[in-house]
Amino acid sequence: MSGHSTYETLRHLADSWGLLAMMGIFAALSLWPFRPGAKRHSDEAARSIFKDETDGR
Amino acid sequence: MELVLSRAAAWFAALLLAVIAVAAAQDSGFAVHMSIIAIAALIGLWVTISRADYGAIARGIIRTPADPGRYDDDPVRWGVIATVFWGMAGFAAGLYIALQLAFPVLNFEPYLNFGRLRPLHTSAVIFAFGGNALIASSFYVVQRTCRARLALPGLARFVFWGYQLFIVLAATGYLMGITQSKEYAEPEWYVDWWLTIVWVAYLAVFVGTILKRKEPHIYVANWFYLSFIITVAMLHVVNNLDLPVSLLGSKSYSVFAGVQSALVQWWYGHNAVGFFLTAGFLAMMYYFVPKQAERPIFSYRLSIIHFWALIFLYIWAGPHHLHYTALPDWAQTLGMVFSVMLWMPSWGGMINGLMTLNGAWDKVRTDPIIRMMVISLAFYGMSTFEGPLMSIKSVNSLSHYTDWTIGHVHSGALGWNGMITFSVLYFLTPRLWNRERLYSLRMVNWHFWLATAGIVFYAASMWVAGITQGLMWREYGADGYLVNSFADTVAALHPMYILRAFGGLLYLAGAVILVINIWLTIAGRQRVEEPLRQAAYDPAADRPIVPAAAN
Repeated sequence: MSGHSTYETLRHLADSWGLLAMMGIFAALSLWPFRPGAKRHSDEAARSIFKDETDGR
Repeated sequence: MELVLSRAAAWFAALLLAVIAVAAAQDSGFAVHMSIIAIAALIGLWVTISRADYGAIARGIIRTPADPGRYDDDPVRWGVIATVFWGMAGFAAGLYIALQLAFPVLNFEPYLNFGRLRPLHTSAVIFAFGGNALIASSFYVVQRTCRARLALPGLARFVFWGYQLFIVLAATGYLMGITQSKEYAEPEWYVDWWLTIVWVAYLAVFVGTILKRKEPHIYVANWFYLSFIITVAMLHVVNNLDLPVSLLGSKSYSVFAGVQSALVQWWYGHNAVGFFLTAGFLAMMYYFVPKQAERPIFSYRLSIIHFWALIFLYIWAGPHHLHYTALPDWAQTLGMVFSVMLWMPSWGGMINGLMTLNGAWDKVRTDPIIRMMVISLAFYGMSTFEGPLMSIKSVNSLSHYTDWTIGHVHSGALGWNGMITFSVLYFLTPRLWNRERLYSLRMVNWHFWLATAGIVFYAASMWVAGITQGLMWREYGADGYLVNSFADTVAALHPMYILRAFGGLLYLAGAVILVINIWLTIAGRQRVEEPLRQAAYDPAADRPIVPAAAN
């Protein structure tokens, strides 16, 4: 492939399927903690840094 | 004994190679750098031989096993001291170059001119002060959040000392004029290679510790630290792809040329801001702000959105440094659009940090460390609002190449990075040296106000200077010629440069108070002082009301 057509192929991939895939992955990762029942996990994780203060008490 | 011997042999070999490199060096700068490496190897050799516990070896004990019931905090302690030390060097260099701009007579050729001291200042504050703070705090946080000792303790020590060697090589190189002229990536090829080795070791220690964690969940601060370590590795390697002229000389040439080189440089440069100065310091925020406030983060789920949005957006924002250049127009627009979109996650993160104090806002009044954290978050919000604004092409046509940029960078660096680092140092020092409290909380308060006033002087003077400069540069007369010469703008800015230097002086003065406070805390002293806040008590009024008739 010539340099020019490699560039064309890549940029068309980037502004179509590449963009769509990136947006999909981003949306999935961002929505993951909002799945049903996940709030408990998040609250637990947020409190996990305080466990070392209450060990054995 | 064999271990001591083989280590000593390795140090000796390094020493020998460095001496040979000095003898065969193609230029004097390379020879000086190899001499520094030879001295470092000599110190390593001496420490290996003199510190070895020969009595224990004779009794057949390899080494005293580390106490598994304690965290491995030695590298964190060294890192706290190194952060304070390099911070002072970097702030002092910054004040000096600010004065050089106001009073050019302070340029001492060739070693201490502005061109050489400026990268010394930027590298000292970003990589030496900020980098040491990041490495030390990441080692502290990853152990606490994983409830596990550092994996690969020997490698962790190598990371610390190797990073200091990198700093010394970079700084001395700038003074000797060794530079590849890439902003924030000035060190030449051999220093880059050394940093790559150190950084991979850092990644190994960090990931190793996460792998041996006892907590099932990886706390979000570690996500930010890990993204910072991985991305900086990628940026550093790609931006420093270059060919040395000689393996025994300091000069190299980039494999990229022209606008490609410029784009790679600013892809690096902006993501150094995004992942070194933002993601890494956000990791500190997500651990130390909840710890100091004694409340969990406002929303853990928001912190995860914050994380992924930063990761997916920041990496595209670099082209906004190349508006109106030979870079294709679509790439400039892409950089601008992504920069504007970045505003949202940045403010989401700021709100997340600030709202952690919801229900405990009185701590801003009573706890100067919390106050520092709050102002650092406020500056994070301000500079991440100003940045997208400046990345818009029409604004950029006024702001680019002016002092507005310098003001923007410093409101982020002094306000956000500086303040969060100071608060983390104040948090860590009593805990690491097992002291009941800091030497003085009132001195933290003084530091807070001096630094805040310094930033106000700095940012305000640079806004005025930058907009003055931008407007003067673009002013056309009726005959179609530019109205002002460059020297006219320099004369117009002189008062602003003096005000900026004054702001820097205040900031440095605050940092001097930090040094005294940290020093005396480590020494185990406690200042006798009034607590910051006490409820009013008047013994004269503390009596029952006696009816007048009873008299």
